[in-house]
Amino acid sequence: MATAISSPAQVLLSGNEAIARGAMENGIRVATGYPGTPSTEILESLAKYDSEHYVSWSPNEKVALDVGVGAAVAGSRALVTMKHVGLNVAADTLMSVAYTGVRAALVIVVADDPGVHSSQNEQDTRLYARFAELPLLEPSDSQEAKDFFELACEISERFDTAVLLRSTTRLSHSKGMVTLGTVRPRPAIAYEKNLGKFVLVPSNARVRHEKVVERSGLLREFAETTELNRWEKGSREIGVITSGVCYQYVKEVLPEASVFKVGLMNPLPIHRLRNFAASVDRLMVVEELEPVIEDQLKAHGIQLEGKEYFSRLGEFSSERVRAGFQKAGVLPTPQAPENSGVAVTAKENLFRPPALCPGCPHTVPYLVLKKLNALVAGDIGCYTLAVYEPLAAIDTTLAMGCSIGMAIGLQKGGDGSRPVVATIGDSTFFHSGIPPLIDALYNNVKITVVILDNQTTAMTGGQEHPGTGKSLRGDKARTVDIATVCKALGAGFVEVVDPYDVSAVFRTLKAAIQYDGVSVVITNRPCVVSPATLRTTPYAVTAKECNACQMCMNLGCPAIIWTEEMVEGQHKVTIDPVACMGCAVCGLLCQTNAIIPLAADPARRTV
Amino acid sequence: MSMEANGTQNVLIVGVGGQGVILASDILGVVCMNRGYQVKKSEVHGMAKRGGVVYSHVRYGAQVLSPTIEPGTSDVLLAFEPAEALRWSKYVKPGGTIIVNSRKRIPPAACLDRRMDAPTRYPQGIEQALRGQVGDVRQFDAEGLAVEIGDHRMCNTVLLGALSSVCEFELQDWLGAIAASVKPKTVERNQKAFLAGRNAQFAAMRESLPAETCEMSRSVTCLEAPEIAIHDSWCKGCEICVVVCPQACLKMNERNRAEVVKAEACIRCMLCEWMCPDLAVRVQ
Repeated sequence: MATAISSPAQVLLSGNEAIARGAMENGIRVATGYPGTPSTEILESLAKYDSEHYVSWSPNEKVALDVGVGAAVAGSRALVTMKHVGLNVAADTLMSVAYTGVRAALVIVVADDPGVHSSQNEQDTRLYARFAELPLLEPSDSQEAKDFFELACEISERFDTAVLLRSTTRLSHSKGMVTLGTVRPRPAIAYEKNLGKFVLVPSNARVRHEKVVERSGLLREFAETTELNRWEKGSREIGVITSGVCYQYVKEVLPEASVFKVGLMNPLPIHRLRNFAASVDRLMVVEELEPVIEDQLKAHGIQLEGKEYFSRLGEFSSERVRAGFQKAGVLPTPQAPENSGVAVTAKENLFRPPALCPGCPHTVPYLVLKKLNALVAGDIGCYTLAVYEPLAAIDTTLAMGCSIGMAIGLQKGGDGSRPVVATIGDSTFFHSGIPPLIDALYNNVKITVVILDNQTTAMTGGQEHPGTGKSLRGDKARTVDIATVCKALGAGFVEVVDPYDVSAVFRTLKAAIQYDGVSVVITNRPCVVSPATLRTTPYAVTAKECNACQMCMNLGCPAIIWTEEMVEGQHKVTIDPVACMGCAVCGLLCQTNAIIPLAADPARRTV
Repeated sequence: MSMEANGTQNVLIVGVGGQGVILASDILGVVCMNRGYQVKKSEVHGMAKRGGVVYSHVRYGAQVLSPTIEPGTSDVLLAFEPAEALRWSKYVKPGGTIIVNSRKRIPPAACLDRRMDAPTRYPQGIEQALRGQVGDVRQFDAEGLAVEIGDHRMCNTVLLGALSSVCEFELQDWLGAIAASVKPKTVERNQKAFLAGRNAQFAAMRESLPAETCEMSRSVTCLEAPEIAIHDSWCKGCEICVVVCPQACLKMNERNRAEVVKAEACIRCMLCEWMCPDLAVRVQ
């Protein structure tokens, strides 16, 4: 619906869909990235356009950026997408492409996650732009997300530089109305060899660093004139400098204020901002996360207020911005609400964390690891949810691909009292799990690596990867087999096990932790919800057989809940037939055979 | 709903992953846009299939700035689940409306407390609490209506129908937006579900609903932990009791005999006693 090729009409697009639209309207020929909330839908949306452009998932963000740089050097406009922490992975390439520059436009879209909705931290990408001396654009709604893409391409080619386009969760996942332009394919420009520019040997790098400094000067001049930055004249009493989605909050809360909206975040238009500062009695900066604008302006001797009223922590909203202005005395402090006399008695909200789905193939391996008293180094993916009760089977989760390396450290630095196990998903294994596995094998460390292969990138919504046999566009692709990779690296113990077979998982993991060296156990059931919903006959509890032993409750399956019927102080259980996927694991665990298929139709009992 | 001074209308749609919150808000967005309003929508992604909390803010009017709704300013809260209505009720403005599906979704996290006679940790008396905050609360069994129509997943369109009973838009706007937003072969059933919800609301407006007392039922009676006695000379070390214990109370010791290591965790399920082939375990 959102992917009509040429229509002048307005459509409702998310920030991510608008960025994809911007890419199509500006002739992007190569687009790559690695899935990561909140950036994932950009490439997914781009893949739906029927066009010749190359759009693909790379195994990780560094590879994706390398591909993008290659395309831009070859002469095609390129787009690379990732989440904020993905830029850490790609940072090596980023810092160097800042030196080389490009030939055709290279736009790197980085989606930050203030408030840590679905990430491991809330780092601020604007600091990377300063670090690498790259221009960074910050749109504030879906329309700007599309429009700024065009300007990003122009800046990239005019100033011979990669350009960062920063989104945030609130922009990426909010929908707004967008006036569409025309999709304009753009041919590649002819390749020209340029060793001095694209071969960063030290003698060239020194010269290129001079170019970076020179370019920064030109960009600073450009920042003073570009329409990306906008001075909205209002009240003289209060002036606000802001950017991105915070601009919307400021306009909502202080419609009368003078506002300087920064669209080109790096470099800042210092002279214009100085003039803006001089034009108002009181100057405030409203920026989410780090005081990037504030620190720079203070360094230039401009008096202002900011982080004392607007926190460095978490995501902003109009109510938080309002509270900041109230604290600063710009807005009156609110009176107690009129209806405060009404007794509001429900004091506690229900704790409802996300959980592993009913039928999730990750559940049993963690149940068994807990039983084996393993010290478990976890990784990034759905299986991180096994940290919650009742599984509570994970000791550490750090960043993408960290599990295996950390397991080596936990084994070598620990007291050896517990078996050390790394658990890692299939997509994360391809992302950054292979080099640490090589480390473990090379140094013959006694750890077990459990690769939870559910044949998709589940946490971000079911994206393809090198192990799934399909490309981003859904075409057939070469499959990289994980067991073959592990054996080829030299692992002596590589076992594939069905994660629904509780006793097989127990036997295999027990053998694996006793193995003297690196053992690899791979689970082989697909994700039950993506890309396809896999369900079979649901199971049900025969109430009179249930002795409320709570064994099935140890799975933490969302389909199994308590009833009000008790046995010796414990709840009997029931299964929600709508939620149950029919994996049968609870039936295997039940010691009293109380859990049986709901429909006694043997033909449908495929699990 | 009457237009506010700044002309922006706020509808907050909340529920649990997998209930179709996002699709419902998409349909509302199309209705608003087709009526010539500016629309912004903001939602949470990624929890869709994992039973977490899902919300979608929908704002429309002549001009919309912030994509999210401030607490105390939402004209309508459309809740797909009672505890979620409670969680988000502070977003409703004085004089606003809460429409809530009465079917509970109890999460695994509510079923963790294994002390004797501990209740399921789900808030009690939600409807009463909501009424304490907002006068206009309309709770009904939307999922039941969807099941009657033949598919529990249509619960979201039933609830949209209920929402339509308090919105300014025409019936045809809604039916058209549904037709444009759902899979072609499910259009008819979705429209039927929509009308069921809409008609139920019009009928229910004339009825009053029973009140409940409201408090979190958290009274927990802690009895003393049971004593597990293992007759050492009868135990032959088969390990069955250790494996079946759901609370990991037992362990094999260095002489390969079962031993109690965490008596305080015992929930008196009796499995160890029942499963022991040598009658060596007693739970008292």
